[in-house]
Amino acid sequence: MITLRVDGQDITASPGQTILEAAVAAGIRIPTLCHLKGLTPRGACRICLVEVKNWNGRLVPACATPAEQGLDIVAHSQRLRDLRRTILELLFAERNHVCAFCVSNGHCELQTLAAEHGMEHVRFPYRFPALPLDASHPKYGIDHSRCVLCGRCVRACSEVEGAMTWGFSGRGIHTLVEADLGDPWGKSKTCTGCGKCVQACPTGALFERGKATSEQVKKGELVAEVTERRPRVQG
Amino acid sequence: MREHKIPVTRVEGHGLITIHLDDRGQVAQARFHVTEARGFERFCQGRTVWEMPGITARICGICPVSHLLASAKAGDAILGVRPPRPADKLRRLMNLGQFIQSHALSFFHLSSPDLLLGWDADPAQRHIFGVAQAHPQIALDGIRLRAFGQEIIETLGGKRVHPAWAVPGGVNAPLTPEGRDRLATKLPEARRIAQDALALYEKNVPNWAEQVETFGNFPSLFLSLVTPEGSWEHHDGVIRVVDSNRRIVADGLLPARYFEYIGEAVEEWSYLKFPYYKPWGYPEGLYRVGPLARLNCCDRMGTPWADEALKHFRALAAGKAVTSSFHYHYARLIEALAAVEQVGTYLEDPELLSPRIRAEAGINELEGVGIHEAPRGTLIHHYKVDEFGVIRGVNLIVSTGHNNLAMNRTVAQIAEHYLQGETTIPEGLLNRLEGGIRAYDPCLSCSVHAAGRLGLRVVLVGPEGQVLDEKVSAP
Repeated sequence: MITLRVDGQDITASPGQTILEAAVAAGIRIPTLCHLKGLTPRGACRICLVEVKNWNGRLVPACATPAEQGLDIVAHSQRLRDLRRTILELLFAERNHVCAFCVSNGHCELQTLAAEHGMEHVRFPYRFPALPLDASHPKYGIDHSRCVLCGRCVRACSEVEGAMTWGFSGRGIHTLVEADLGDPWGKSKTCTGCGKCVQACPTGALFERGKATSEQVKKGELVAEVTERRPRVQG
Repeated sequence: MREHKIPVTRVEGHGLITIHLDDRGQVAQARFHVTEARGFERFCQGRTVWEMPGITARICGICPVSHLLASAKAGDAILGVRPPRPADKLRRLMNLGQFIQSHALSFFHLSSPDLLLGWDADPAQRHIFGVAQAHPQIALDGIRLRAFGQEIIETLGGKRVHPAWAVPGGVNAPLTPEGRDRLATKLPEARRIAQDALALYEKNVPNWAEQVETFGNFPSLFLSLVTPEGSWEHHDGVIRVVDSNRRIVADGLLPARYFEYIGEAVEEWSYLKFPYYKPWGYPEGLYRVGPLARLNCCDRMGTPWADEALKHFRALAAGKAVTSSFHYHYARLIEALAAVEQVGTYLEDPELLSPRIRAEAGINELEGVGIHEAPRGTLIHHYKVDEFGVIRGVNLIVSTGHNNLAMNRTVAQIAEHYLQGETTIPEGLLNRLEGGIRAYDPCLSCSVHAAGRLGLRVVLVGPEGQVLDEKVSAP
């Protein structure tokens, strides 16, 4: 058993657990966005950055950093709050996150985080990129304007469903989530139509067709429920 | 030519009136310009049809419900479905709430200062607070009636402004028994206020003879929805066009084929287009929409008290069409009463509690038109989509747009009557020009799908094009 300290509270972790898992188990909430229980950690969004005092105050993503014996961690401080808010502002400025008519309005992880971090305005100029909306799948749609590139859909598709339909194309802010090799989603030969990617998506980027403003409620917890129910393969 | 320019207030949005004078100082031309532009028709492209009610409701904070419902109807057409009957009734109930709140706002909050305090009253007092001082009960009534309409909207849609409740195929929540009971307790007061307001107006009509004569009193066509049987209609039905003798020029026109009988002209001096009745050409095909047009078009209101009021209204013109735009106010109050009466009927209908409120379907048509009566007049949403339901084209014709030609005629009539050789803009003229526009209860923001500060400018221009005077009324 490992012991470490988070926000002045001594907690325990089992070997292999991340800082985030140990904190959550001890009832300490650390905000996350690209993390989803049941998927491998990615460390893509940096919302869960925490400060490790005994590593000279280094910032590390709690979701992707193993808990170690004796770590003294700050998970909540004004500095971290400011950093998290800045990350959120950059995400909002990067694409077109218009909550007013979004299918996920009121049920969106990005929106909730922004509200929690007091983001009442964005200090950076919006980029307003012209991004496509692909509604060619009979059951689902993808609106790249609302994508934060967390990769939860990509991981859910490969790690849980095993279809490996989703992947990334492009670089940096030009990165897009794509089905197969850039085909319209409806033309994908690998997609099973299971919808795990939609449930895993934290925003309104992936949605069920036919959902109107505010009607899209995601069940991200399904991903962990599916993986936990699977029989362990002996080997 | 010389030109007066006058800004307009106590309307939704932002506009400009220019008055050109000839060499003798007489009015040569008067124009009402809408000076805002927004671009909804363009930026809706690429969105899904299911999002359109939520997006287009944001065109306006006064009549989001109208856009929401017209958009949902265009969506019904694209899905190729008829919403279940309870959904149709629920949408109608919300629209009646919208009529009540918007008509109360127009009459009590925006227009009653002129009507009750006088056209030449001190502008510093000529507003709803001035009314509240001089006639506290009337001001309170106005606020209560509007609140009743807003409460209907909130009870159904969860919020008063921009409820995202109507969806292609129906609505997403029924009326609850608690909501129904709460509204029912407030119905008697709403009915009393609507009746009192109507009585107040009827009593005062003789005092407003000059305004009735000059505030847009001219023969024209009138266009509105009516039921297939010819009754007053606000959410479905067919289009009827009547002339100033109330002779039916066209009846049973299919809303979905509006482009066959409505043309849209463009003038370089306004961002607002000029719709006209196509068979009569431009600008002869001038028609009016809204409360006045709906009452001139329909054979009956369909509820007892409103039908009684309609008889008095008809008597104004001996059974012909009432052609003075001043009487938009009258028609608005009769509609508010009709709406309150119809709300009473709906609240007793158990079908409004039914969970069968949404028809689900895929994309079955690539084009859909939703026509609906907003408080201000006929509202048209026309969408084209691709096979996946992604919007490829949008055309919106909003009630204020339909009335654009008529508002211009009204401005000219008032300027000719009240401006006799002056080279400055008299305060009395300023307010009467605004009052003439205000009778239409226009929503300039909606009509050009535009955002901007409140206020109308009036500019007076001389024969050589020099600006003689310019006034902005306080917002």
